[in-house]
Amino acid sequence: MSDLYEVFVRGKRGLNHVHVGSLHAPDDEMALRNARDLYTRRNEGVSIWVVKASHIAASSPDEKDPFFAPSADKVYRHPTFYDIPDDVPHM
Amino acid sequence: MTAVAEESLERHFEHTIERDQRIEPRDWMPDAYRATMVRQIAQHAHSEIIGMQPEGDWITRAPSLRRKAILLAKVQDEAGHGLYLYSATETLGVDRADLTTRLIERRQKYSSIFNYPTLSYADVGVIGWLVDGAAICNQVPLCRSSYGPYARAMIRICKEESFHQRQGYELLLTMMRGTDAQRAMVQDAVDRWWWPSLMMFGPPDADSPNTAQSMAWKIKRHTNDELRQRFVDMTVPQAEALGVTLPDPDLRWNPDRGHYDFGPIDWDEFKRVLRGDGPCNAERVARRRRAHEEGAWVREAAAAHAAKRRDS
Repeated sequence: MSDLYEVFVRGKRGLNHVHVGSLHAPDDEMALRNARDLYTRRNEGVSIWVVKASHIAASSPDEKDPFFAPSADKVYRHPTFYDIPDDVPHM
Repeated sequence: MTAVAEESLERHFEHTIERDQRIEPRDWMPDAYRATMVRQIAQHAHSEIIGMQPEGDWITRAPSLRRKAILLAKVQDEAGHGLYLYSATETLGVDRADLTTRLIERRQKYSSIFNYPTLSYADVGVIGWLVDGAAICNQVPLCRSSYGPYARAMIRICKEESFHQRQGYELLLTMMRGTDAQRAMVQDAVDRWWWPSLMMFGPPDADSPNTAQSMAWKIKRHTNDELRQRFVDMTVPQAEALGVTLPDPDLRWNPDRGHYDFGPIDWDEFKRVLRGDGPCNAERVARRRRAHEEGAWVREAAAAHAAKRRDS
């Protein structure tokens, strides 16, 4: 049976892998070859990750607000929270 | 789910669309939105897959190695576009194998344009210029469609379509610089493909009951008639540069509207072809079915190989 794989491509050295889509394949090796043919026909990548979709754990969109709430109320994590006099250089 | 909970989800959905944000696969969406997206993306995917056939017929008869390599790459792109779109459809909870079954059992449609035959090599050029040109007109606004996976697939596809249109136009320019016989082939192909290309935008707005809802959901950004007019306006100067005549005696610039007027489209022909009575409908679906059935042993062998390696 073929599995659903999600495909991630590194566009060039120095960049993160980015999700580009999915495909079906019977095993990891075929998934990689299919991903090369399907998602990198024009030098779109220098590296590919494939992972079975069933192996991905994802946050639920329904609980989006409570799940990400802890990051919303910590303004002191941002550099703009701090007042520094304008005449202090390089900061 | 309670009625109140559903109402709140629906409000969130509407609000996301109002703010021009994208709907993503695991978001709640109305059943009708999901059904519309599945139908539209699957039809689009099927069109790309069936769309390999009219031009694929000419791969073994390309006039030069250069043209053959280009045509191979183009047909391979169509396969790729079909797969990007099946991938997007699958995010809506449908199974890809099921979509293929629905296509070969003729339970889902594909674009009427691919039911016309390709009679000469000039058809390859005209398909690139007119058919892919019309597809680009349709697809560029879809890059901003409200369903995220569809919009992202369209961005990839539009980048590649530009090659398709340019190779077609260049092919025609080359033929137009050739012999009288070659020029006649180009004109003949233009005569045959012009009207079916205009039909690609779908029925006129007055007969397109789904348009209003699709616009409200921001699945579509322009009406069929708006896009058709845009295509005509873009294409007329390209036809002049090429030196061919578009087969419409009513086609002329209208300074009051700031657009080209064009003659009536034969919507009976459109409906006939869509219903299955076009010149090549039966052939296209039969060939897709045959390819699927003849490929079964490859899928089975790959699965057996994978199972054997897993167990050893």
